[in-house]
Amino acid sequence: MDNIAGTKSSLTWAVNISVVVLVVLWLIPTIGLLVSSFRDRDQISVSAWWQAPLPVEQAYRLRAEGDIIRSGDLWVIEGNVFSASEMAEAFPEGTDHPPISAFGTTGRDPGAYAAGEEVPNRDGGTLVINEDGSYVFTTNEDPSERPPRLYVMAETPPEFTTANYDTVLGGDGMGQAFINTLTVTIPATVIPILIAAFAAYALAWMDFPGRGLLIAAVVGLLVVPLQLALVPLLSLHQQIGIGQSFVGIWLAHTGFGLPLAIYLLRNYMVGLPRDIIESAKVDGATDFQIFTKIILPLSFPALASFAIFQFLWTWNDLLVAKVFLPSSDESWVMTVRIADDLLGSRGGDWGILAAAAFVSIAVPLLVFFSMQRYLVRGLLAGSVK
Amino acid sequence: MSPMLQGAITIVIGVGGCIGYFYFANLILDKVIFPARGNDAGRNINRANAVRPWLFLFPAIFALGLYLVYPVVGSFIRSLYNRAGNEFIGFGNYANLIADETFRTAFFNNFLWVLVVPAMATFLGLLVAQLTDRLSWGNIAKSLIFMPMAISFVGASLIWKFVYANDPDIGIINAIRASMGMDSVDPMQIPFWNNFFLMVILIWIQTGFAMVILSAALRGIPEETVEAAIIDGANPFQVFFKIKVPQIMGTIVVVWTTITILVLKVFDIVYTMTGGNFGTEILPSYMMSFMFRDDGRATAVAFVIMLVVLPVMIWNIVQARKEMR
Repeated sequence: MDNIAGTKSSLTWAVNISVVVLVVLWLIPTIGLLVSSFRDRDQISVSAWWQAPLPVEQAYRLRAEGDIIRSGDLWVIEGNVFSASEMAEAFPEGTDHPPISAFGTTGRDPGAYAAGEEVPNRDGGTLVINEDGSYVFTTNEDPSERPPRLYVMAETPPEFTTANYDTVLGGDGMGQAFINTLTVTIPATVIPILIAAFAAYALAWMDFPGRGLLIAAVVGLLVVPLQLALVPLLSLHQQIGIGQSFVGIWLAHTGFGLPLAIYLLRNYMVGLPRDIIESAKVDGATDFQIFTKIILPLSFPALASFAIFQFLWTWNDLLVAKVFLPSSDESWVMTVRIADDLLGSRGGDWGILAAAAFVSIAVPLLVFFSMQRYLVRGLLAGSVK
Repeated sequence: MSPMLQGAITIVIGVGGCIGYFYFANLILDKVIFPARGNDAGRNINRANAVRPWLFLFPAIFALGLYLVYPVVGSFIRSLYNRAGNEFIGFGNYANLIADETFRTAFFNNFLWVLVVPAMATFLGLLVAQLTDRLSWGNIAKSLIFMPMAISFVGASLIWKFVYANDPDIGIINAIRASMGMDSVDPMQIPFWNNFFLMVILIWIQTGFAMVILSAALRGIPEETVEAAIIDGANPFQVFFKIKVPQIMGTIVVVWTTITILVLKVFDIVYTMTGGNFGTEILPSYMMSFMFRDDGRATAVAFVIMLVVLPVMIWNIVQARKEMR
C-alpha cells in the first residue's frame, strides 16, 4: 500500500513532519516534569527546564573568612571565594571553577557589580572580587568576630540530583501514600474480575428470561455518574459500621468497576466459538466446568485488559479516595496527597511537586507501556461494536 | 492491623469467597436441591439449569444494585431533604441551586466543556489516526500520544502546571511570551479563557483514546472503496472526508459520546488547577464543594449531572439493543 497511486511524496513529507510536531507537542509537558524532578532546587528557580543541560548563572552567599591583616586604621581580608566552605558543594576542591561574573554586597542584588570593580561596602571600606575568585575586603571594624557576607554570581555546571525524590518519599509522606495507593488498588482490581466473569458468562452463554433486559441495564449503568453514589453509599457504609475505611473503598471500587467488567467480558465471551462450548456440553461438562476449564482460560486477553483498566482507574482515582477513605493523612493515597497537601504546602517548590507527580505516574506508565496491547484490545472490545 | 495485611486478607477472602460461593452453590443446586437422579431426573436437570444463571449473576446483580442502582434513588430522595437530612423541603435544594450564581456559572462552563472537549479530542484523534496510518514509525507515535491515558488527572494537572506557571523560568507559555517581550500572565486567571486552558488538559489526555479506536476503525475500512475512489481521481483529502469518514461515522459517534460522559464526571482537573476559582467551576467540582458540608445540595447537583447524562444513557441502551438483534 506504500506506493499506491495517489500517494505523493511531498504529501508523505508533510505527514511525517506534522506527526513529529504533534508527538513533540504531546511529549513536552511530561518531559518538562521529568527533567524538573531531577534538577537541583536552586537551579530550578533561576533557569527553565529546557535550559537544564546548560550551565546556570547562580548566586552564592558566603562569609569572607580569609586572612585578616591590619593595615593602618583598616582591617583587610584577603582570600578566594572558591575556598569558602559554602562553595565547596558546588565547586569541589581541585576541580576547575568557572570565573566569577559579578558580585554584590547585599542578598537583594547579588550581581550588582562586575567582577574586578572596586566598590564601597557597608562597613565603610571597599570590596573587590576578581574573576578568579580572589577578593580584597577592607573595613574599619574588626571582622574576626563576624566575617562579612559576600555575594557572587558564577556560571554553575548543570546539576542533577535525586534529592527531590528523597524528600518526597521520606518527609513528605509520598512513600506512605504510595503504599496506600497500592493497598487500595490491588484488591479493588482482583475482586470485581471474578464476580464479573461469572456474570458475563451467564449473560453470554446461558439462556434465561430477562437476559436482554439485564444486558441493557449493564450498558445503562456504564454511564451512571459516580457523583450520585457518593452520599448515599457513604451513609450506608456508616450505618453498617464500615465507615470511611479501606474495606469501604474496596467495595466501592468493586461496585463501580462491575458494569465495565461485565460489558467487556461479555462482549469477548460472546465471540468465542460456539462449537467448543457445545461439544463440551455434549461430553457432559456442567456449566461450572465449562466456565472454569474453557471460558476463563480462553478469555485471558479480555480479563487482562479489564484488569489494566481497573488498575489504572483505581490507581489514578481522586474522587472515590477523597470520599471513602478516612480524611486523616496516614491513609491518604497519592492523588489526595498531591492535590490536598503538596500543592498547598509545597506550592512553589517545583522540584518537589515534579518528583511527587512522577512517583505517582511511574507505575501506571510502566503498566501502560508493558501491557499496551491488552489495553488497546480492551478499548476496542468496549467501543467498536 | 496494617492496611497492607488487611488488603492481602481481603484478596484471599474475596477471591476465595467468590470461588467458594460459585462452587458450593452449584454443588448444592445439582446434588441437594435438584439432584439428577430418581424419578424426576430429567425435570430436575432442567430446573437446575433454569436457576443456574441467577446463581452466576447473583453477586454481580447484588453489587450493581447496591452500588449503582440504589444510589440513583437514594440520591434523589436525599436531595429532597435539607442539609441535616431531617426535614423534607421538596425541591428546595434545586431552587437554591438555580438561584446560586456559581451554579449557573458551573452549568454554563460544563456546557462549554461538553461542547469543546469531545469535539477537539475526537478531531485530533481522527487526525493522528489518519496521519499515522501508513507511517513506518506510526505505532511509536501512536503509543506516545496514547501515553497520557495512563496518567491520573491529578498528575496531568501537575504536568500542565509546568506549562501554565506564571514564572517564565517554569512555564513554557510565559517563557515564550517573555522571549517576545511580553509580560507574564497567569493563564488560570484570565476570565472565560481559563476554562479553555483547563480543557486543553483533558483533550491532551483523551486524544489518545479517540485515536486508538478511530485508528482501528480506519483499518477496518474495505480497501476496495479507497482504491476505487483513487482510481476515480479523488485526491487524498477527498478520500479522507468523502470515503473514509462516512464509513466510520458510527465509531466517531461512540467515541464522542464516551468522552462526553467522561467530561461530566471529571472534577480532578478543576479541583487541582484552580479549585473552582476565577470562574472555572464545573458541576462535578461544584458538587465536591458541598460534599461533607451539605449533603442535600451535593446530591441535588449529582442528580442534575445524572439528568444531563440521561439522554446519552438512553441512546446507548437503544444502540446496544439494536446490535443484539
